[in-house]
Amino acid sequence: MEAVLFFVLAAGALAGALGVVLGRNPVHCALFLLVTMAAVAVFFLMQDADLVAIIQLVVYASAIVVLFLFVITLLGVDEHERLDEPHPFQRYAAIVLGAVLLVQVLVVIGNDWATGARSTVGPLDEDGRSGNVETLARALFTDYIWAFEVTAVLLVIAVVGGVVLARRSGRRLPAEGERP
Amino acid sequence: MIAALDITPTYYLVVAAALFTIGGVGLLVRRNTLVMFMCIELMLNAANLTFVTFAKALDDIGGQVIVFFTLVVAAAEVAVGLAIIVAIFRRRQDVTADDVSALRG
Repeated sequence: MEAVLFFVLAAGALAGALGVVLGRNPVHCALFLLVTMAAVAVFFLMQDADLVAIIQLVVYASAIVVLFLFVITLLGVDEHERLDEPHPFQRYAAIVLGAVLLVQVLVVIGNDWATGARSTVGPLDEDGRSGNVETLARALFTDYIWAFEVTAVLLVIAVVGGVVLARRSGRRLPAEGERP
Repeated sequence: MIAALDITPTYYLVVAAALFTIGGVGLLVRRNTLVMFMCIELMLNAANLTFVTFAKALDDIGGQVIVFFTLVVAAAEVAVGLAIIVAIFRRRQDVTADDVSALRG
């Protein structure tokens, strides 16, 4: 049962990823991204990462994809992309580099030296109850409290930066044709 | 036949490697900055899947904590990145990467 679920989800995730890369319409790309996000969220669930799976669905599959769609519709860039490639050499180079990257990552996976680290923080499920939300929360608010607090600063900076970048500046923008 | 197969962490790692590679190739091939951003999200997701897989394989909660932080960084990155794209679009009426290669206003 787990194997069937795994292969169905793996096919879905890879098909979604290919759809993001090959789709001509940015809206379709965002929807394919949603498919991949959802499949990965179920992968998380299958590996006892309950809280992370829900966060994946709420933050990635909802907030981030909706933000993408919102910007696409706001800018009105949902027409199809130009097909002519100004640098045709780059496309072949990218595919070759991608193949090299895949081989490298697979070699790393195939070697045990990359996977020999031992537990430093604690087991997945400390008290043996079903689910590990409590264990994750305890690690987050004890061992990683400093990093957790810093994420708050990071998010505030990101929000302020986003507002500053996206707002219209007070001065008049030069009209078409009189750009420096 | 397939149902009897034992799913080891290696299966998840191979899927994550494939997702990472597809995202990387997409980042290099596409010209639309919005789609390039989506490809970065794909790569981050692949890394998250690897972290969760190792958290399960090594029985260590640390991997899942790192995934939490990765999600925060991804959210911040998307917020700032899309704001930059909106600012560029206001200026140039286009979101193609080639048109902003000179870094000129």
